Amino acid sequence: MTTTLTAPAEDERTAAVRASLRQVDRRRSRVDRIMQGLVYVAFALAMVPLVWVSWTVVAKGIDRFDVYFLTHSMRGVFGGMDAGGIYHAIVGTVEITLGATIISVPVGIMTAIYLVEYGTGHLARWVTFFVDVMTGIPSIVAGLFAYSLFVVVFGPDVRMGLMGSVALSVLMIPVVVRSTEEMLKLVPNELREASYALGVPKWLTILKVVLRTSVAGIVTGVMLAVARVIGETAPLLVTVGVIDSINFNLFEGRMMTLPVYVYGQYSKGFATCSESAIDCIRTINFDRAWAAALTLILIVMLLNLVARLISRYFAPKLRG
Amino acid sequence: MKLSRFSRVGAAAVATGALALTLTACGSDDPVGSTGGSDAPSEASELSGELNGAGSSAQEAAMDAWRAGFQSANGDVTVNYDPVGSGGGVTQFLKGGVAFAGSDAALSDDEVAEAKSVCLDGDVIELPVYISPIAVVFNLEGVDSLNLDAATIGKIFDGKITTWNDPAIADQNPDVDLPDTAITPVHRSDESGTTKNFTDYLAKAGADGWPYEADKVFPVEGGQSAKGTSGIIQTVTGGQGTISYADSSQAGDLGTVAIKVGDEYVAHSPEGAAAIVDTSPRVEGRGEFDFAMELDRTSTDPSTYPLVLVTYDIACATYEDQATADLVKGLFSYIVSEEGQQAAASAAGSAPISDTLRTNAQAGIDAISAKS
Amino acid sequence: MTSTAPPTARATPARRRRTPRDRGMNRAFRLVSTGSGALILAVLAAVAIFLVARAWPALTTPGAEIAQDVGWFPADASFLSFVGPLVFGTLLAAVLALVMAVPLSIGIALFISHYAPRRLATALGYAVDLLAAIPSVVYGLWGAMTLVGFVGPIWEWLASFLGWIPLFEGPAATPARVMLTAAVVLAVMILPIITAVCREVFLQTPKLHEEAALALGATRWEMIRTAVLPFARSGIVSGAMLGLGRALGETMAVLMILSPGFLYSFAILQAGQQQTIAANIAAQYADAAPIGVSTLIATGLALFVITMAVNMAARAIVARRKDFSGAN
Repeated sequence: MTTTLTAPAEDERTAAVRASLRQVDRRRSRVDRIMQGLVYVAFALAMVPLVWVSWTVVAKGIDRFDVYFLTHSMRGVFGGMDAGGIYHAIVGTVEITLGATIISVPVGIMTAIYLVEYGTGHLARWVTFFVDVMTGIPSIVAGLFAYSLFVVVFGPDVRMGLMGSVALSVLMIPVVVRSTEEMLKLVPNELREASYALGVPKWLTILKVVLRTSVAGIVTGVMLAVARVIGETAPLLVTVGVIDSINFNLFEGRMMTLPVYVYGQYSKGFATCSESAIDCIRTINFDRAWAAALTLILIVMLLNLVARLISRYFAPKLRG
Repeated sequence: MKLSRFSRVGAAAVATGALALTLTACGSDDPVGSTGGSDAPSEASELSGELNGAGSSAQEAAMDAWRAGFQSANGDVTVNYDPVGSGGGVTQFLKGGVAFAGSDAALSDDEVAEAKSVCLDGDVIELPVYISPIAVVFNLEGVDSLNLDAATIGKIFDGKITTWNDPAIADQNPDVDLPDTAITPVHRSDESGTTKNFTDYLAKAGADGWPYEADKVFPVEGGQSAKGTSGIIQTVTGGQGTISYADSSQAGDLGTVAIKVGDEYVAHSPEGAAAIVDTSPRVEGRGEFDFAMELDRTSTDPSTYPLVLVTYDIACATYEDQATADLVKGLFSYIVSEEGQQAAASAAGSAPISDTLRTNAQAGIDAISAKS
Repeated sequence: MTSTAPPTARATPARRRRTPRDRGMNRAFRLVSTGSGALILAVLAAVAIFLVARAWPALTTPGAEIAQDVGWFPADASFLSFVGPLVFGTLLAAVLALVMAVPLSIGIALFISHYAPRRLATALGYAVDLLAAIPSVVYGLWGAMTLVGFVGPIWEWLASFLGWIPLFEGPAATPARVMLTAAVVLAVMILPIITAVCREVFLQTPKLHEEAALALGATRWEMIRTAVLPFARSGIVSGAMLGLGRALGETMAVLMILSPGFLYSFAILQAGQQQTIAANIAAQYADAAPIGVSTLIATGLALFVITMAVNMAARAIVARRKDFSGAN
């Protein structure tokens, strides 16, 4: 009885509420639309430099970017000569970065293991804190450190690729520690406990269970760290010096690296061409700089891509 | 399952490594294809090893040509030159870090004394191997050349003259239609021999227009500046109404100033630059083979162009080991040779040194030896 | 008799026994990993010690003496009055970059987390991350060769219409090798890191809060303003601080773009006014006498201290947030 009596009134009220809810007042909807517009604009704005930089580098670098450029050094190239390449810089970049990786990865991973599996007490808290501090070391300061260190050990005229490796590893270690730590934390405790329950010692558990579960993530992290330091210029500028020829020896003599090569060619500026010279390109140094920049970007993008693919296809599916 | 995942990652790593290895396997250190040089057994090829130098970036282009020429004649030799700047080069040389240095300014007396120790008590050899006129370059639409005296140039760089149609400029250039564009003087932001030579010229020839002394660092505060000659050229080219000073070889398409020498306006030329070096006296009280010059900025002879930059190549007369001594000797002989000077002239637009200077310099080079 | 005495060895309290877990490989492994942690502390200490040791001569030598050997060191300055304008320039560049980058980053992060279609969002996130992958020297090359020419007219316009604001005081330099151009490039460079942090925290906003706001009739923007932003505030701040740290230490872009000067000047459209510590080191480093190198390292030490302070502040803010770790 009562229900039939009150029903129409309730319907009316619900309808009124519904209507008032549906009809958002003008001002609020306008603000909403404006903010949506702003967010879209912000995103579009961020895409501008990405597209612009990529386009500029590709457009200006593609002309000189060929097999010859990739497989020849700059030995004996001068003036506006239409010759010369970046092979020596690629060798230097690969070796110095590899050196940095070899130093950083074991230290980084072991530290992360310490922090996640063992770390308690003061030392762990200090390490966590200072790894964070280390993340913020300006790259040029890392370069100055490596320079000072090697000068103390080898004397003032020391120049070797290893200096660059050390400088880069100062920048790389904290990144490796951070990403590995994150990955190790993702390994569920149940796995560890199951392993202990089977009587597996802790070190084997870490090695065979924890690390193996998180290996994809760690590899991804390492590759991203490599991608981050491979483009560093300033620390190499103050440590490794420049060279025109190929130097395979990481432990002796100057080495060229891609970022320094880009900067070096840019600093050389316009070449001098006498009127009589036929085989002379005035902008050759800038052309080489752009082509080397293109190479560098391609390498970094490739590293990023590989890292993403590894993390996508090999990542442990914990929630599944 | 996990195991296979692990091995897949491993495979990826191996593949990356293999890629890196293949990259290492095919590379050439002979981009120019110098068939006459490194492949053919040349007569002078008993030289081998690595020689390191550092210093002036002004002579980098010339040094590139010299290194290339020297290396193609001696296939087993590698000469490195780090264009860190004169100060850095001299510092490295004095510390024994490099075997030779290139410098935009002759060594000071203190530095000569300091060089004694690294040169094992032998003399230090300074050769003015690279002579280049400094051009006052500007970028002003519709104007290719201007006539200016040193005082006016000084006032422009001191910020006292701020527009291009200032009477001081217009009076000297009655035939040029000058716009009222603001003048943007551009100077070198780094320590530079070019700056030192330029300010030296302004201080000596600029009379009341330039109240500062010669200095490697540009003395006026603020204003547009750039690193290196190339930075200068880029900045001048990129702006409007800009003016600066740079090695003439780098001037390119920019307008240049003819400076007042005596009663005439003289445009920069290698001949004029070589002439002023020949007529200038040597710094007194130096060693026999120390060819430091005291450049005559106030010359009134219109066949000379007194705004020049002379850069020296600096080496020891005595080295620890025979190999280094031979390499330095070989390189320097090539540099002062007619062939070497021509190579620099075509690659860097420098003024070849005179025959008299060459003969004297060669005597100094011949004196280079290892400690016995 | 004597034989009746029971062997007492077993009864005496056993010598301190290592837990069975901490032996052999176990022990070695633990020590190695602990050693790695300690090594990091040692490295950081070494960085600090080496920098201080190398900087010491510059800190203790009177300015006039440094000026004798070092051309770019002003004759009448002490180390402090030399480093002052550099610190100022460094902070100015970083703060300008931050002012431009933070609102943009928040916008981008919101777009990715709340506006873009889900499938598109992941791809767009990668695209923004790619901005971080471009090496700084390439940004420098682009900034010096392309951007400087492009922004010139815009800066002139700014100077003529907003010149009454001290910041935009004219005349705008030609070419535009000025602080504002450098700051724009720095802003682009720190966008990705701030965006990444913001995106993470925006995505962590409890779904219930968002749904509650929507259920109460809030528009999408009102939901973001009332639920997402308050939740993410500390995350945004820490992201901004990380970006600030990155901007402070950036070398190449500033080196290649800025026309340096050593003044306490806010005129960001004029050339030759400011210089940053990092760019100054790279510019002067190669061509410096020993005491000059020492001076530069001392400025590097100042930079180190500043970035360290900024990073610590950032971490302190992050630490106040709940720790979202997968384990435990």
